[in-house]
Amino acid sequence: MSPLDVAKLRADFPLLSRTVRDNRPLVYLDSGATSQRPRQVLDAERAFLEQHNAAVHRGAHQLAEEATDAYESARARIAAFVGARPNEVVFTKNATEGINLVAYSLGNASIGAVDAYAAARFALGPDDEIVVTEMEHHANLVPWQELCRRTGATLRWFGVTSAGRLDLDDDPISEHTKLVAFSHQSNVLGTVNPVKELVARARAVGALVLLDACQSVPHSPVDLAELGVDFAVFSGHKMLGPSGIGVLYGRAELLAAMPPFLTGGSMIELVRMEGSTYAPPPQRFEAGVPMTSQAVGLAAAVDYLNSIGMATVAEHERELTEAALVRLADVPGVRIVGPTELVSRGGAVSFLVEGVHAHDVGQVLDDRGVAVRVGHHCAWPLHRRFGVAATVRATFAVYNTLHEVDALVDGVRAAQTFFGVG
Amino acid sequence: MRLSQMYQEIILDHYRNPHGAGLREPFDAESFQINPTCGDEVTLRVALKRDSTGEPVVADISYYALGCSISQAATSMLTDLVVGCTVADSMHIVGAFKHMVQGRGAVEPDEDVLGDAVAFAGVAKYPARVKCALLGWMAYQDAVARAVEAPAGPSQNGAGR
Ligand SMILES: Cc1ncc(COP(=O)(O)O)c(C=O)c1O
Repeated sequence: MSPLDVAKLRADFPLLSRTVRDNRPLVYLDSGATSQRPRQVLDAERAFLEQHNAAVHRGAHQLAEEATDAYESARARIAAFVGARPNEVVFTKNATEGINLVAYSLGNASIGAVDAYAAARFALGPDDEIVVTEMEHHANLVPWQELCRRTGATLRWFGVTSAGRLDLDDDPISEHTKLVAFSHQSNVLGTVNPVKELVARARAVGALVLLDACQSVPHSPVDLAELGVDFAVFSGHKMLGPSGIGVLYGRAELLAAMPPFLTGGSMIELVRMEGSTYAPPPQRFEAGVPMTSQAVGLAAAVDYLNSIGMATVAEHERELTEAALVRLADVPGVRIVGPTELVSRGGAVSFLVEGVHAHDVGQVLDDRGVAVRVGHHCAWPLHRRFGVAATVRATFAVYNTLHEVDALVDGVRAAQTFFGVG
Repeated sequence: MRLSQMYQEIILDHYRNPHGAGLREPFDAESFQINPTCGDEVTLRVALKRDSTGEPVVADISYYALGCSISQAATSMLTDLVVGCTVADSMHIVGAFKHMVQGRGAVEPDEDVLGDAVAFAGVAKYPARVKCALLGWMAYQDAVARAVEAPAGPSQNGAGR
């Protein structure tokens, strides 16, 4: 594996060289919330807009052809990046929309708004259950709560152990389970969940599986077909790409049978005043003129990540994570929330500083130019599980350095000193 | 530098030794407020009495708060400022405090009205922390509104927003 020249790579990210709060060099440790974008992504968007912009899948002029080609080429490259076929990739606004798309599609099946075959296959009712986990981001929890409310189904969940792992022994999956939705990697704990084990358990009862891959696809090689999940979602802005674009992956055969979520132009086959039929996927799920330069930008991000190699990305982030875990553990009064060993663990490091509220730690870090996230990170039930309102979270990307890990740890010590608890 | 502007000594003092903390009886109304971005919360009770002219006066504020130094200290300072005031005067103070912390640092605080709470002027420069400073104050405003609506009514939890 080629060692990563991080200094050279950082030169691709203009934002990383700015200063904040009175000329402090920026130490950006919030890529789990959103990542920064390399010039290659910005340039790709600009080049598309300056040369090829047009409404895709509409019109027969040359620009429309070029824009459509750029859009579909983007889809193909993004699909290949996660081991999918192009017709299994639906562009959405973000991962949240992808999850809602599935939830609403199942909901539409449940109210019989579609053909009888789809209704029977995907409908949910009072006898059915959806299984999630206690560590989910609200994006992979609230849509299922709502779907249950609309259909009368029941939500169940895997608990989380004090070590920050799923409690697989207390298994809520049963013959009532219709769908199991869980995150590949927790955005708070860093825990990487056992996808294949959960897929096997879901399969055993005939349930569908949705994987929230928001925090895995940007950081490690992911092959969705190999993992065997039915659906997966991720967001462009967390993987060096643009905001305003996300991906819903769905197995071709499922997407082909599912009723639409948003309806309107571009997703139809035949429209009459009395009713309409729908285009095959992925178009069926892409109503209206889609985001186009964003798709081009995300494909450029994927090309960029490929040029580094996802194994190299993962290895580099592993080093950063290890350093953060080890160095934070050296600070008395710091408690990591999540696994402390590197097994099945990615680079989200959340922690508490005894005697100093997370907001206050974050403020001291910010004053030193270190950007972290503080709060519940959209995983409120998980924080409640650990009996805390808020944690400090550092998340890494390929452009971070060990020096930045030191800046984090120094900042934590400074916060202790400032609040007189060190 | 900027840190000490925001965390003035008086704020840290209130944080370490909050005034009036704890939930007490009797009270006329209670409000529960939550900061949805960080999960910090406060349960705050007000007890009112009437002065010789029949005006409602703040007899006691008691609270249970989970939160950062800014939210804890701001709630503590609130009790110093408004207990003993008429409700009308307290609302004037609440208005001035909100105006200051929401002023993006451009509002010159009136020390005559806000007393020690002028120390929170530094928070106004950090939009993300304004909600922290206001948490207990919003709870107070809500609780007073309830107490005035239903003077002898039972305690009610405000819907957290
Ligand atoms: C694990 C996880 N799931 C879902 C989301 C939602 O992503 P987005 O806000 O881009 O839709 C996030 C990011 O915030 C996340 O970390």
